[in-house]
Amino acid sequence: MEPLSNRKKVLEQKPMDFWERLYLPAIFQGMGVTFRHMFKKKETIFYPEVEREFSENWRGMHSLKRDEQGRERCTACGLCALSCPAEAITMIAAERQKGEEELYREEKYAAVYEINMLRCIFCGLCEEACPKEAIYLDGPIVPADYLRKDFIYGKDKLVEEPFKV
Amino acid sequence: MELAFIIEKFALVTVIFMISLTVAAYSTLAERKIAGYLQDRVGPNRAGPGGMFQPLADGLKMFFKEEIIPTDSSKALFILGPSLALLTSLIGSAVIPWGESIQIAGRLVSLQIADVNVGILYIFGVVSLGVYGIMIGGWASNNKFSLMGAIRAASQSISYEIPMGLSIIALLMATNTLSMKEIAEQQHGMNWNIFYQPLGFIIFLVCSFAETNRTPFDLPECETELVGGYHTEYSGFKMGAFMFAEYLNMFLASAVMSTLYFGGYNYPGMDWVNSMLGPLFGPLIGMGVLLVKIFAFIFFFMWVRWTVPRFRYDQLMNLGWKVLIPLAIANIVITGIVITIFDKL
Repeated sequence: MEPLSNRKKVLEQKPMDFWERLYLPAIFQGMGVTFRHMFKKKETIFYPEVEREFSENWRGMHSLKRDEQGRERCTACGLCALSCPAEAITMIAAERQKGEEELYREEKYAAVYEINMLRCIFCGLCEEACPKEAIYLDGPIVPADYLRKDFIYGKDKLVEEPFKV
Repeated sequence: MELAFIIEKFALVTVIFMISLTVAAYSTLAERKIAGYLQDRVGPNRAGPGGMFQPLADGLKMFFKEEIIPTDSSKALFILGPSLALLTSLIGSAVIPWGESIQIAGRLVSLQIADVNVGILYIFGVVSLGVYGIMIGGWASNNKFSLMGAIRAASQSISYEIPMGLSIIALLMATNTLSMKEIAEQQHGMNWNIFYQPLGFIIFLVCSFAETNRTPFDLPECETELVGGYHTEYSGFKMGAFMFAEYLNMFLASAVMSTLYFGGYNYPGMDWVNSMLGPLFGPLIGMGVLLVKIFAFIFFFMWVRWTVPRFRYDQLMNLGWKVLIPLAIANIVITGIVITIFDKL
């Protein structure tokens, strides 16, 4: 069959000639390469001081959004939990009481909303499944911790800071 | 023996000891820094400014780690192994001439701890002893992998000592002396032995890479084949002693190569500098020059390590027995012919 690209190179194994068996020329050539690298720009990012820029569509920690009037958008429909391939999301729904209209947008809301960050694979399917545009993976890197229970993030960590309209 | 002599030697031993240990400790940092820079990284930079305290932190870590002595090991030998490795790598620097004699309060103080008239043989003896530390350590661990690492180290050292000795013979024919001090004095100014023995130097260099177990001849240590190497069972400070001995050996090898082939403390224009600075500071400058040469060699060792992959074991033996030994013998013959012709003229 014809090769699609003409970049294929046939290498043949032949015994080393005298020049190659001296080793030294090849070694000095290699040392020249490494020496040039000494003066090249270093790729290191000094992490805690300097943070690397993420791409536009980078998926980090989840945040539960509020609408224009500062009310929680989530209506606890459970589609995110259903779509989650890692089964990281759980929630308990509750009915909105009188006088809570400025807190929750719909009549139903999530009283408890937990994401297990150890299970989460940051695929972003919850974001796609959400009909209310309530969950986005637009946060920072999920930090390390010492205990497994501390990786289960509740509403206190997930919901956006309330803002004044 | 007068008191001043004892004090002067004791001070010199202490200073050389401290210099060796400091250089070896900072070689570990230099290794990681150089590895970083050759690979477009920056290396350790968190402990102190620019990572200056990294050796201290590493030493402290080694010190506080649990030391495990395997139940089935021979305990005395298990402890003796790293101690011997450290000891042999430290006593080698006794015959290195660190500079010309300096004058303090009318006394002429030699900057060489012991002017043994067979200094080169002494160095060879010490270097050959170095493999005993590894061998005893590997054997006492009672572990197959350790033993294999130790056997590799031993056979490698023995194989490469022969061309090393042969290359030195050619040097001795050219210099007519076994004393390190006289060899250093003969290379006054820019009259370095490298210009008379270039082939001998290359052979010596390759062999010292093998003797110090550095890449491309670092087969005694091999994670992929031997789990660790001769120090598989070692932990804590004994492990640190082995590592330290390796860096000390590198320092010693660099010092020997600088002294034998690169003029030791000699540098062009040294007479003028000595007449300007007097008999105290002039020789000290020479000592500084020697240290710079040593650091250059240490850098070379590390540069090679982070460039070249290692040899396969059969390639290593091939190179040692079938290439370097004939080359070294040829070097002796050529040196002999050249010396004879120049004597006749």
